[in-house]
Amino acid sequence: MTDTLTHLDRLEAESIHIMREVMADAAKPVMLYSVGKDSAVMLHLARKAFYPSPPPFPLLHVDTTWKFQAMYELRDRMAAESGMELIVYQNPEAKARGINPFDHGPLHTDMWKTEGLKQALDLHGFDVAFGGARRDEEKSRAKERIFSFRTASHGWDPKKQRPELWNLYNARKAKGESIRVFPISNWTELDIWQYIARENIPIVPLYFAAPRPTVTRDGLLLMVDDDRFPLLPGETPVQRSVRFRTLGCYPLTGAVESEAKTLSEVIQEMLLTTTSERQGRIIDKDGGDASMEKKKQEGYF
Amino acid sequence: MTKTSTDPIYVTDALIAEDIEAYLEQHQQKSLLRFITCGSVDDGKSTLIGRLLYDSKMIFEDQLAALEADSKRVGTQGQEIDFALLVDGLAAEREQGITIDVAYRFFTTEKRKFIVADTPGHEQYTRNMVTGASTADLAVILIDARKGVLTQTRRHSFLAHLIGIKHIVLAVNKMDLVGYDKTVFDRITLAYRAFASEIGITNFTAIPISGFKGDNITALSDNTPWFKGPALIEHLENVEVGSAADEARSFRMPAQWVNRPNLDFRGFSGQLASGKVRPGDAVRVLPSGKTSTVSRIVTLDGDLAEAVAGQSVTLTLADEVDCSRGDVIAAADAPPEAADQFEATLVWMADEAMIAGRAYWLKLATQSVSATIQQPKYEINVNTLDHLAAKTLELNGIGVVELSTDKPITFEAYSDNHTLGGFILIDKLTNATVAAGMLHFSLRRAQNVHWQATDIDRDMRANLKNQRPALLWFTGLSGSGKSTIANLVEKKLHRMNRHSFLLDGDNVRHGLNRDLGFTEADRIENIRRVGEVAKLMSDAGLIVITAFISPFRAERDMVRSMLPEGEFIEVFIDTPLAEAEKRDVKGLYKKARAGQLKNFTGIDSPYEAPEAPEIRIDTTAMTPDQAADLIIDRLLG
Repeated sequence: MTDTLTHLDRLEAESIHIMREVMADAAKPVMLYSVGKDSAVMLHLARKAFYPSPPPFPLLHVDTTWKFQAMYELRDRMAAESGMELIVYQNPEAKARGINPFDHGPLHTDMWKTEGLKQALDLHGFDVAFGGARRDEEKSRAKERIFSFRTASHGWDPKKQRPELWNLYNARKAKGESIRVFPISNWTELDIWQYIARENIPIVPLYFAAPRPTVTRDGLLLMVDDDRFPLLPGETPVQRSVRFRTLGCYPLTGAVESEAKTLSEVIQEMLLTTTSERQGRIIDKDGGDASMEKKKQEGYF
Repeated sequence: MTKTSTDPIYVTDALIAEDIEAYLEQHQQKSLLRFITCGSVDDGKSTLIGRLLYDSKMIFEDQLAALEADSKRVGTQGQEIDFALLVDGLAAEREQGITIDVAYRFFTTEKRKFIVADTPGHEQYTRNMVTGASTADLAVILIDARKGVLTQTRRHSFLAHLIGIKHIVLAVNKMDLVGYDKTVFDRITLAYRAFASEIGITNFTAIPISGFKGDNITALSDNTPWFKGPALIEHLENVEVGSAADEARSFRMPAQWVNRPNLDFRGFSGQLASGKVRPGDAVRVLPSGKTSTVSRIVTLDGDLAEAVAGQSVTLTLADEVDCSRGDVIAAADAPPEAADQFEATLVWMADEAMIAGRAYWLKLATQSVSATIQQPKYEINVNTLDHLAAKTLELNGIGVVELSTDKPITFEAYSDNHTLGGFILIDKLTNATVAAGMLHFSLRRAQNVHWQATDIDRDMRANLKNQRPALLWFTGLSGSGKSTIANLVEKKLHRMNRHSFLLDGDNVRHGLNRDLGFTEADRIENIRRVGEVAKLMSDAGLIVITAFISPFRAERDMVRSMLPEGEFIEVFIDTPLAEAEKRDVKGLYKKARAGQLKNFTGIDSPYEAPEAPEIRIDTTAMTPDQAADLIIDRLLG
């Protein structure tokens, strides 16, 4: 007898189950929305989970002011389409001090993203935050729980995480504690792309190849997305046909040269490539091979 | 690297390159298999998993470069790639050289997507393996061909069987190190068969492999011409997963969330635990037993004509029946039963041992209730499978227990339905998940001893006395003034013609609870009995007053949950320890300080103060008489 449900059907049903389960114990949930492809899938699943109701929580974008312009456009469009409230948070201190990826290195991520996220969660009193992390992304994520507990100061203690059996999640928590929930933990990069194709989910056009102004710096191919990009002496943006495998702050996100203009071509390229998607990210590499885990303990998502 | 494999089992580059649309079409239809690998690093488990990921191109060049560098730096395979390094994760455990958790890994072939639960480690093995196995359809039990069936093989097999995994693969690894000798493989298979049948495993598939060299992993190896198959991947791709069996059972869907966007729509969202459902099907909502008919199966993609086990959907019903989270919607003609007393297997997962008599939260499907566990009937030694007498279960302990819940739950035996038979226990104070459990059956007591409906009910009895029943539960340190104030309260009530009864801690220990000592478990049982007696008396219409130290929050909450809302009034006699010790009316503190009294609250046993008592009495700020007046004001006012 063949299986009635495909692997995508099962992943979808599991993610929906997780999101609904959160609603049983959460006082004030929120969905972190970073506008990338994983966020796009997560938002789509939330709409399915609660249909015909709109998802019973707002979207939170922890903004760094340095995202690609195309990301801001899609963000606003998707919020309007889903009927969900969109909360945009920018760390006021980072703003006041003009923290940027060109002058401040790792401090940029720390202040805008890590600190910004903590501030936003505290400000609104959110006790559960959905995030789009996947276990296949990075070694230390392979052991991350679907319900990840954080102390009142947003700390993550690997020894205090709860075992997760069957599809039973223990979402009880003490006052002040919060939970990060990762409903797409068991999806791989390929699953995400296949599902985007199957469900026609809108994604940022930057995932598709197009001629874009780029410079090469520190081995990364960077896109000059606006006039805040300080060109070094002798640097001139060159039009190259590029696309992005992951999206973040444009000065920190490496592009790949590509001709893949359709979803099928993107998947094709992904299947034939020999490097992982996080390779274009600077963030994993500072601080040695345990850097992601260290960031997580500090409160990075 | 990576894409040198031309093996047809894995991603076929040619099809991807030439006709991506055809490839995608084909891959939309893949099924999903979750499995667990059991064994230690010594058995070559990490090497096998690394091999599966590597062969299926789940390792990219940048990851491989890191792996090669790591292998040379800290690997155990000389200059060869050490796959074990691929499957570790957290910095803490890498430093300590131990792994403490379950990791999930992913790979895909032309036919299936796989999720592998990898549960390394020795110390925490039981807890981790049970966690990883709970979602697995299949278990790969690894054996080192040089060592044969070991104690740990038995342990792994027992746990896999305990958690209900139907498909067992015996992977006899490191065949390259025994010269691909058929007799070695046959001997191990025979020994395993004898043991497996002992514990009830009737069927398994034995495969001779080498994770390191790749024999019989993706294809049959020329080194083992005597082995007719299947190769490991081929078997994993073709084994029938449980979903077909789930679909064949009766329909059950635990209600997760009531979907109510407006007054015209009321849907019940959930994931089907078993069976199928179609519009028009007659259903029964449990525990109420009300019946209705399914009107629609609503999804964002339009209404469905049918939903099957595993799908997450939203149902609407033809009638306005009550249904909320925790209820189970089931086939009307074959509903599951409800009960409040069970026999179950427990796997203890917390550092703090189980406490018999203490109430824990029990979560089963979407139902959450309060549950009390009896002392284990026996504990199972996972290495010898012997049944041992036990008073408690420690971390990684497995035992068979009886448990009772504060209200009936809708359930099925775990062997019939994992969703309605598997549960977790949660500590009420720390909120930690402390145990996993599997229901065997409801106890006959619960099935056959029904509540006897009496014609005179508690309201009628209370009305006759012109009063509302209540339970004034005094709690506080020894010598805080509980008995003194409780006594005054009762005297004043008596003068006001109120019918009351004072249950005093010391007095009860002379009779009803004469058999109990002062250990944590006995103290809990003491409070439970007092709670039951107080409940009977309040049913009789009395105002019950109790004066017990009752140091544990969980037990006070247990008594609170026995009574109707609002009838339990917690009176916290708040006297600081120093003050109580100074008074030392009975000379007990002196004895405790001298070490003559063990488990004395406040000295060597904790007192958990109430967080939100209905009444708090600060004895340093008022006299006993004032305190008694205040309590009566609050009770009658």
